[in-house]
This record gives sequence, structure tokens and C-alpha cells, in this order.
Amino acid sequence: MDWSPLLISLATSLVATAVTLVAGLAAAAWRQNRAGAGAALVDGIFILPLVLPPTVVGFLLLLLFGRNGPLGTLLLQFGASVVFSWPATVIAATVVSFPLMYITARAALEQVDPHLLQAARTLGASEARIFREVALPLAWPGVLAGTILSFARALGEFGATLMLAGNIPGRTETIPIAIYFAVEADEIQRAMAWCAVDVGISIVLLGGLYYWTHAQRLRRERWGQH
Amino acid sequence: MRSVCAASAGGSTDVTLEVQIEKQLAEFTLDVAFRATETPLSVLGASGAGKSMLLRCIAGLERPDRGRITLNDRILFDTAQRVGIAARERRIGMLFQHYALFPHRTVAQNIAFGLHDLPQDEQAARTAALVSRTHLAGLEQRYPRELSGGEQQRAALARALAIQPEALLLDEPLSALDTHLRGQVEAQLQETFASFRRPALLVTHNMEEAYRLGERLLVLARGRIAAFGPKEEIFRRPPSSEVARLTGCKNISRARANSDGTVEALDWACRLRLAQMPATPPTFIGIRAHHIDFLETAGEAAGEQNIFPCWIVRTSETPFRITLFLSLDPARAAAGEPHLQAEVFKEKWERFRDRPQPWRARLAPESLFAMPE
Repeated sequence: MDWSPLLISLATSLVATAVTLVAGLAAAAWRQNRAGAGAALVDGIFILPLVLPPTVVGFLLLLLFGRNGPLGTLLLQFGASVVFSWPATVIAATVVSFPLMYITARAALEQVDPHLLQAARTLGASEARIFREVALPLAWPGVLAGTILSFARALGEFGATLMLAGNIPGRTETIPIAIYFAVEADEIQRAMAWCAVDVGISIVLLGGLYYWTHAQRLRRERWGQH
Repeated sequence: MRSVCAASAGGSTDVTLEVQIEKQLAEFTLDVAFRATETPLSVLGASGAGKSMLLRCIAGLERPDRGRITLNDRILFDTAQRVGIAARERRIGMLFQHYALFPHRTVAQNIAFGLHDLPQDEQAARTAALVSRTHLAGLEQRYPRELSGGEQQRAALARALAIQPEALLLDEPLSALDTHLRGQVEAQLQETFASFRRPALLVTHNMEEAYRLGERLLVLARGRIAAFGPKEEIFRRPPSSEVARLTGCKNISRARANSDGTVEALDWACRLRLAQMPATPPTFIGIRAHHIDFLETAGEAAGEQNIFPCWIVRTSETPFRITLFLSLDPARAAAGEPHLQAEVFKEKWERFRDRPQPWRARLAPESLFAMPE
């Protein structure tokens, strides 16, 4: 059996989750202490990939990164083209998983008592240090939950990936795409095998999350947070 | 600025916090101007009077609409010069009402938070010194959650002092504590103020705390300074009925000056003689509950002024004292409408309680204070 869909799926999801974590945290931190119509509009744009059908997201990405798209022509000047290549799977997975990270990270950061941040300011800490040493550690359970959700969403991504990256075995064929084309080609055994792999990954992921949060809860009880 | 400070602080020091700010709030404008020196200043006001906002403006956590804040030689804020130093650069220690200790850091890590830029060994040395100064030895590795209220308060104080602040701001430092802990914590704060010798502002809605912990007193009412000066003076002669009320005066009556030098207390239905008639005609007159005296024998009355028959309407007991609600008019007393509140020790009450009414109450001229507004 060709294991490449597993490796491609894991690599894509890991890279996409890493990008999403950093970008989602940065966006959530930026959004803190901002109000008004502009911020609300930005919110809407950030969350859009969650509510749009993945095919729409994929189509929009195709327009953006295609030969005649604004980013596509820009990349072409450097001799690069992402459409129907492995980076396209990462882009699609990142875009669709970003809203989950953004929403959960924002909610977690908003839960942090603002007096703690103010106390840190009076103690001479820079905003970057306050984020790193006060806000982030206290918001961490929420941020982690967002990371797991994003990883799961990236792993399950199908529609946008197919639109932007196509189905090139060994390069852009992720597990969900492999399953779809296996069923399409009446290779039921192969489809079932990949379904089993997906279920296995999910169980390991959720089990690990459960144990980890349990350990965290024990530690956090000393802090007085649950 | 240096010369102004020298003039005010007797020439020896120039530790001065000068505040002159305006800020529009939801219901009124905070508009204050005052100067704090090395003696602790209590800011007294009802909740919502703008006290916390004042502290937050000084700390740099809120931005006033207009004005100027200077600390020693540094301009922290000045709208005219477009200066606005960030909170983290003000070096002003702030103690928050609920302490705002970092829950994920131990006591030692909390105290050391502001010492981030120092070498490790110096951080440790300074933290250790503060731990012993605030009597937290043995608790360094605890998390805030594992401390009592008093210990949390001391840890927050140590953390604020760690940055060697040039001024200290305390927001309701005792309000979150149980009554039996307040005495201890007050002693700790007094000890801290005694060695601090830099401007310290303490915000409270409790007049007794304000009196015990501050040397000078600033009374804030709806964003404005209603009184500012030595605490004894303000408690003895409140400049207005508002200040009288905020400093705990229970008996305040509208007043009108008579041509014969007496004052008509309109709400108490009596005519009073004052020790000294004020220059501006009084519109209010007040007397503190514990200053109302009851005559025990007929002979005591000889030559005394402001003695009135009185009837007890009802009483209210505290552990050691009793509050008597009295009326100077039998009809009002019968209707259950008291004029005045008097406070006496229970021992005295025990001697009195079975005597036939009316009793004779004395509103001593030297205890009465007239207020122009």
C-alpha cells in the first residue's frame, strides 16, 4: 500500500496548524482592546472561511493564486506557482482552519483578568512580555483547544484542497482525497483502510488531548483556575 | 517646579506628586488638582465618586482628557506639552483592590516580576529582602491561591515595592479582607508608609480607614475635591454638609442665622448657640453622634447652653455602644420621627435607661459646626 497520503496529510496539517497558531494568536492579540466597525469588519473577514462552503473558499483561493490572480502573478515573477502543488494543500488547510484558532484564542485571551495585565504594566513590563508571560500562559488551555481543533480541521480538509491542489498522488493527495477517489474508482478496500487510519489518528489525538488537559487541570488547581 | 516643591516641603526634599487633571466620565467630570508629598494621603469618597479613576490616571492606566501630572522632576502627563509617559515607565507602584496577583506564578515569582531587567542574583536578593519585610518568609513557593487574604495583600504590596516606585497608589487595600485581618494589614501598611517617605495615595470609602492610614485627607465627591487638608481639621470642622456626611456625621440640619447671634436648626426644631459665629452665614449645622451629651443631674445644667428636653424614639445596639434616636419634640417622638442620633457607651446607657423621659440632651456649642453649604 502507498502510504504517501498519510505522510502528506500529516505534513500538511502540522505545517498548517503551526502557521494558524502563530497567525491566529497574532490576530487575536491585535484584536484585543480594539472596538468599532473596522474591527468588526476584520472579524467578519477572519471568520468567513468557517461559514463559506469549502468549495467557495477553494475557488476564491484559485482566483487569488491562479495564473492571472494577484498573488499568482506575483509568485510567478519569482518563478513559483503554488496551484496543484504541495504548498497549495497547506494554504487551503491553513485558510479553513484559521477561523477556529482565531475564535478560540480570542475568547481565551478575553477571559484573562484585565487587572493582571494592568498590574504587569505598572510593574514595567513591555506589551510583548505581558502577552508572553501573563496573557498567554493564562489563556493557554483555550489556545491549545484551538490548536487541536485547527489540526483536526486541517486533517479533514477536502473541498478547498481539491479545488486548489487537485489530486496528484504522491504530491497533493491527502487522506480525505484518497478516500474520495478510492470510492470513485470502486476500490472499497482502499477507502476502508484510509477510513481506519483517519479514525486511528482521531482517537490518538483526542485521547492525548484528554490526558494532557487532565494533567493541566491538576496543575491549574493550584492556580485557582479550571 | 523644583522651587515650588521646596517651598511646600520645607526645603528638605522634593518628593512631590502634583496632579491637575480633568476627565469626562459617564455621569460627571473628574476634575481635581492637588499635591501629595511624603506624608500618606487618604482619598475618601462614596463608591463611584471617581476615586479609582483618579488612581488609574496617575498610574497611566487611563488617559485624562486634559491636565498635567508630575512626579518629582518628571512630567508623566501633560496635554499642553503632549507628553504621556506609558504606565510601564512611570515607576508608580499600584496595589489593586483584589491584588491582581499572577495566579500562575509563585509568591517569589510575583514579587520578582518587576525585577526582570536585573541580574538573577540581584533579583533573588531583592525578593528575599521584600519577603522578610512583608513577613512572607516560608511562603515564597506558594501560589497566590494558597495564601490567605492578608498574605495575598502583603505579596501584592511586596511586588509593588519591588520596582522601588517613586509613588505608591493603593486602591481600597482593606476592602477585600475580613474584619479581623484589617488591623494586621493596617499595621503593615503603616509600617510601609513610615519607611516609604514618598507620595502614597490610598483610596477608600471607609472614613475610619481614611483617618487611620492617612495624614492628610482628600474628600472626593462626584469627581470634585470637596475637602483637602490635615485629617483632624476636616473631621473637626467639615467645610460642607457633603464632607460632614462623608466623614460620618449623622446629624446635619438646615440652618438659619438669627439676628440675636443664635442659629435656628430647622430640621431639629431648636435654637442653638455656637462657640463662634462663622463669617459666612451657615446654611447647615452639624454635630457628631458621640458629641451629644446627656445630663445626669439637674445641677449639671447650671449656666450651660443648648440644653433641650428629649425623647427616645428607638435604639440600636452595637457590641459596645448604643445609638439613640431622639426627638426634641414629644409629638414627633410619638410619631416615631427622630431628629438626632446620639451614641453612648453601654455603661452610660445602663445608668440611664430606666429614668423617666424627657431626658436632657446637650449639644455643646464647641461641638457644633456650622457649614456654609
